[in-house]
Amino acid sequence: MSPTSRPGEDDRSASLRAGFRAGLPYAAVGFLLSMSFGILARDSGFSAEAAIVMSATVFAGSAQFAAVSILASGGTTAAAVAAAALMNSRFLPMGIAIGPSMPGRAPWRAAQGQAIVDASWAMANRGDGRFDRWFLFGSTAPQYVTWIGGTVLGALGGDLFDDPSRYGLDAIYPTFFLALVITEIKDRTTAAIALVGGLLALSLVEVAPAGLPVLAASLVALWGLRRGRAAG
Amino acid sequence: MTATIWWTIVGCTVVTAIIKGIGPVALGGRTIPPRLTGVIALMAPALLAALVITSTFAVGDRWHVGAHTVGVAAAGVVLVRRGPVIVAVVVAVAVTAGLRAVA
Repeated sequence: MSPTSRPGEDDRSASLRAGFRAGLPYAAVGFLLSMSFGILARDSGFSAEAAIVMSATVFAGSAQFAAVSILASGGTTAAAVAAAALMNSRFLPMGIAIGPSMPGRAPWRAAQGQAIVDASWAMANRGDGRFDRWFLFGSTAPQYVTWIGGTVLGALGGDLFDDPSRYGLDAIYPTFFLALVITEIKDRTTAAIALVGGLLALSLVEVAPAGLPVLAASLVALWGLRRGRAAG
Repeated sequence: MTATIWWTIVGCTVVTAIIKGIGPVALGGRTIPPRLTGVIALMAPALLAALVITSTFAVGDRWHVGAHTVGVAAAGVVLVRRGPVIVAVVVAVAVTAGLRAVA
């Protein structure tokens, strides 16, 4: 499909199907992640219903982990919601990047934006500044289903695991994002941007509130202003 | 505690929906200036690498290298050799749990 052609119905369903297939491995990993979320939530005083509802309505792993951890350590609702907002602040630049590729009336655009999750957003990026939104929808669908499914299993069957970290489940989250970033590193520029963004975030970890270090890394992408002009 | 939990869920739901909706509502359907396409293309490596590095070399708000760091590195070897994501995750979990079992 050339950038100027309007997507037809065939393109849409092809994109949906391609997105669905591409989303399946991440849906499988998401199942394990949300299972560990369900276990953590129960250990933190959540009922199974609350854990499952949270996964269904928030659908953002890092924010859910952050909010639950804060409540578990005696924090207030405001502190937990603020931490979740900061963890999710990366969806702001992601939404700005994909926004131009989401046409329609404002409420419909807002609804489409809800399908933004890390893996789908990264894979729907066509690399020319545009995104394939149907690919995004197709990819997010299986991830949403397994996100809830894993939470149900963790929340209801979590008593089987006394201490999730003993089983190495905390290694799932970084591996999930490592798989995504490796597909994004296509040349020296993207490798350098990844390295600088990662180190910038790491340098801020001990001094900035959780979530801000990752948001700050998006500033490194401003390097593309130079590149964009060179490319035309 | 129960009310606190439910209000937290409501709050997280609302802020997440707003954060995800802002970009599409503000910019939906517009054509992007060519200079910005370069910035957009570089956002994914920057944001994703930040998530990887902060979750591999830190726990919470402290720098920390542990068994999971080794597990993630082992998964990285699988991924660079074009192994499936799910295999990489199994390797990460197995290596991390194995190291903790012997430690």
